[in-house]
Amino acid sequence: MSADALRAAPDPGMRDALAAAVSTERVAIVATLIRITGDWDLAEDCVQDAVEKALARWPVDGAPRNPAAWLTTVARNRALDVLRRRQTERVKLAEVAIMDELERHGAAPEETITDDRLRLIFTCCHPALPVESRVALTLKTVAGLRTSEIARAFLTTGPTLSQRLLRAKRKISNAAIPYRVPPDHLLPERTSGVLAVVYLIFNAGYGTPDGDLAAEGLRLSRLLADLLPDDDEVRGLLALVLFQHARRAARFDAAGDLVPMEEQDRGAWDRTLIDEGRRQLRRAGSAGRPPGTYRLQAAIAGCHATAPDAGSTDWAAIVSHYDALLVAQPSPVIALNRAIAIGFCDGAVAGLMELDPVSEAPELAGYHLVPATRADFLRRLGRTAEAAAAYREAYDLAPSAADRRFIQRRLRECAP
Amino acid sequence: MRYMMLVGTDPEGEQLEEDTTEAWVADVDGRGKRLIGDRLRPVDDATTVRVRKGELLITDGPFTESKDWIVGFDILECDDLDEAIEIASAHPMARAGRLELRPFWPFED
Repeated sequence: MSADALRAAPDPGMRDALAAAVSTERVAIVATLIRITGDWDLAEDCVQDAVEKALARWPVDGAPRNPAAWLTTVARNRALDVLRRRQTERVKLAEVAIMDELERHGAAPEETITDDRLRLIFTCCHPALPVESRVALTLKTVAGLRTSEIARAFLTTGPTLSQRLLRAKRKISNAAIPYRVPPDHLLPERTSGVLAVVYLIFNAGYGTPDGDLAAEGLRLSRLLADLLPDDDEVRGLLALVLFQHARRAARFDAAGDLVPMEEQDRGAWDRTLIDEGRRQLRRAGSAGRPPGTYRLQAAIAGCHATAPDAGSTDWAAIVSHYDALLVAQPSPVIALNRAIAIGFCDGAVAGLMELDPVSEAPELAGYHLVPATRADFLRRLGRTAEAAAAYREAYDLAPSAADRRFIQRRLRECAP
Repeated sequence: MRYMMLVGTDPEGEQLEEDTTEAWVADVDGRGKRLIGDRLRPVDDATTVRVRKGELLITDGPFTESKDWIVGFDILECDDLDEAIEIASAHPMARAGRLELRPFWPFED
């Protein structure tokens, strides 16, 4: 939203103070203004306006002692102004009540601010909205990205994305999607919906060499863990994202091609993030509840992240996490990954035996990683002719040029 | 908020052991969340009406060509969409068919 304006700020110290205040306070201000006014666009405009006023005032008056409170007050006053102006056209009882609440001075209690941010997140991720809209709305309203940035990340145009956001906001209002933290009996299901959106955002960035969205996904995971500190799965997602994000510098080569984990330069992995991932994963398990799918995936990612080299990976632990994951979330892709893990744990022959039934799943028909996995097992067994045939099958199915380059490299290794 | 709940068939719906619609109606009416609702005759008995350039066109059948059709409706009065979803999900046709929740266009004040 204000990224360009911030970059243009004259004084770096002031710019940093403002950037810090915006990044920590923006969500809370937007969330509270939406709760009070019910007007999403007004809320976002008012924060934008407060940032612009800060850029104009702070260089003259100096940065305020409490930048967050300053931004909140200015945004609220702006909302009041806009509503007052609307009121002269048509007095509405509801707006009088809204203005009363806006005029109430003093900081809101911490609990209200926490709840407001959660209300915003749960509403953005409501299952009655299409999933692309949940992602877009979360990135726009919670993460504060500009429409053009979101459009670029999802390979769509600004107008298309604006239209999608507009439709989502209209549906929230017209269909009366409630702006609230779901009641207890809906909370687990809705929380897992929010986690899915955040993980989708992370993965959208993780799949590309410039992973801006991955960083947003990490920020959102942290925010959720702050807001829902006792939810194991929320913390599990944070741990998972930390372990994966820690590898970002080693995941792509100079040509932008994906480097397989066993060939990555582990010295380039981010130790700070890995250590934090371990702490978060321990804390997620501290209540002794059985692990959910994110905690299990985090445990697997943690085994990889903490192995000093590929050869000393604790594959037995990884296989047992996959066993549990397959029970919690039966899916052919998880079964495929489990077969790969078994291949490393018990040898390629055992891996091939596991792979056979998995590769018959209709959901995996045409998926290049099935023949590629078979080819890897065969190559390790020295059955190079069969391996080459399987790599060729994988090559024909591979969805991207980078995938094909990778398979071609393996294929050359199988050349007699 | 007022919602029209359209009750539709679905060839891929589940087979019901028994029709629990009566119990659903009793519960929702008891909570004061339903204004009216009813079953509808099959599309065989439907008539579509149009006027084009002043001419009345009457055709046999529904206006949508579809394997699924509307078999009933209920008008719900709910606090918000979550409540309407909760009520709809308890209807037997949520399993045997599908339900569409359409908010009413509000009166302009």
